Amino acid sequence: MGKNIKKYWALFLIPTMGAFAIGFVIPFLLGIYLSFCEFRTVTDSQFVGLANYIKALSDTVFQHSFFYTAAFALVTVIVINVAAFALAVALTKKLRGTNIFRTIFFMPNLIGGIVLGYIWQLIFSGILSQWNTALNLDAGVGFVGLVILVCWQQIGYMMIIYIAGLQSIPQEVMEAVEIDGASAWNKLTRVTLPMMMPSITICTFLSVTNGFKLFDQNLALTAGEPAKMSEMMALNIYNTFYGRVGWEGVGQAKAVIFFIIVVGIGLIQLRSTREREVQQ
Amino acid sequence: MVKEKKNHVGLSAVLSVLSISWILPIVVVLINSFKNKIWISDEPFKLPNAETFTGLSNYIMAMKKYGFLEAVGWTVFITVISVVLILICTSMCAWYVTRVKNKITKLIYLLCVFSMVVPFQMVMFTLSLVANRLGLVTPWGIVIIYLGFGAGLAVFMFCGFVKSIPIEIEEAAMIDGCSPVQTFFLVVLPIMKPTYISVGILETMWIWNDFLLPYLVLDVKKYKTISIVIQYMKGSYGRVDMGAIMASLIMAVVPVIIFYLSCQKYIIKGVAAGAVKG
Repeated sequence: MGKNIKKYWALFLIPTMGAFAIGFVIPFLLGIYLSFCEFRTVTDSQFVGLANYIKALSDTVFQHSFFYTAAFALVTVIVINVAAFALAVALTKKLRGTNIFRTIFFMPNLIGGIVLGYIWQLIFSGILSQWNTALNLDAGVGFVGLVILVCWQQIGYMMIIYIAGLQSIPQEVMEAVEIDGASAWNKLTRVTLPMMMPSITICTFLSVTNGFKLFDQNLALTAGEPAKMSEMMALNIYNTFYGRVGWEGVGQAKAVIFFIIVVGIGLIQLRSTREREVQQ
Repeated sequence: MVKEKKNHVGLSAVLSVLSISWILPIVVVLINSFKNKIWISDEPFKLPNAETFTGLSNYIMAMKKYGFLEAVGWTVFITVISVVLILICTSMCAWYVTRVKNKITKLIYLLCVFSMVVPFQMVMFTLSLVANRLGLVTPWGIVIIYLGFGAGLAVFMFCGFVKSIPIEIEEAAMIDGCSPVQTFFLVVLPIMKPTYISVGILETMWIWNDFLLPYLVLDVKKYKTISIVIQYMKGSYGRVDMGAIMASLIMAVVPVIIFYLSCQKYIIKGVAAGAVKG
């Protein structure tokens, strides 16, 4: 059968692969090449070796953005997953109105990052003005604000994945455990959690990488204020490209470093939770 | 038994309070969208009164002065065309990649999976250069970029589904005289309907809300999407028109909520299906 189809490669592959080359492959390869160059318009690019990388790594604002982002990712991963798991457990019980609750908790996910940022800016400035402070005056407050916003947005999404995972646990297993008289705590830690590891793997992977890649919400809520202290990595890279003339090559080097960090952390995270998955 | 029921009452109460607080941010914005702009920043939590109420003037302002309606039009256009293109092209590609086994199709599959983990910042600058060079800076051009950048997830999800289709069905169709093109469109495509819905929903959520890609690629003097208009209102120099922003936020959120409520079942299934990746 493969032979028959093979002749039609132009029709089946070219539209997607042509666009994929324009939208991903060429920009990706060009990006790696340009990270070793100094340039303003690409046509005048000059190879400079590792100079951009050295400049990027010694940029203290970039260093700060890395730690700020890492702390953010760590906090949000824990809060989002614990809350989403708890909600999923609560909403798979026989309760009235579980569908309404699911609908409401999931809803913020469909709203775009820019819109979310400005919605929460209004709320926070209203609250903070009573304490005589503001989002653009304190990076710590900005951090908490971003955490609240992102949790509000993503808890519902992860909750849906956890609910799907909980519902895929075979009913007989839970019944057997109940007949054996396991306590609620033992049931959770010895049966439910191990059987949920695939969902946990996916949710922690998604929330870690989402935390690192955060951009729209950061731009809309704090825009890096005060003085770039709440600037996360993605926003820092954007500002390097479009805010500092002559730093395009450094921006691209930062982007490559960022890419390596995101992929690296994603892989480490996948491996560490995968190991704990059990075969069903 | 009695104890368990009681617990559930407590749980229901906790969930009710939590879900009400979950909607509050949007309610606060809604309330403020009817206030005169000078009163918004001062006391956002107060209901409008005779002095601060302005009726629909914020909404009219957002539409007339800031071109919100036009932005909605472009966002709908870009999202619909991109998603349709993605669904047709990537499902064809995924079927070919799964059914024809060789080194090239294996490479295509791996590249698609790889592209899913690459953060946008990695290609942000060079992508806008490529788009400029090729003249893809219009809403008609950007859909090609969305097809390219959205292909990874879509191909991956379609491949996963094609693998589960028994190949005998397709072979039978071909023995009955279907060409591969007919086999795909008459046999495979209808079977894949659930995956079309899942992929369609995930890509729609992404493209509708996307800010940076259209902002960098589109000729923003001529074409703005919803996210871009809102960012412009806030980020432009001079006075910030809080009233127009509040009205725009509501106009951006309401269609999304209506869309969500009307096809909730599919959205939730689509998200759960999309999570099977990884």
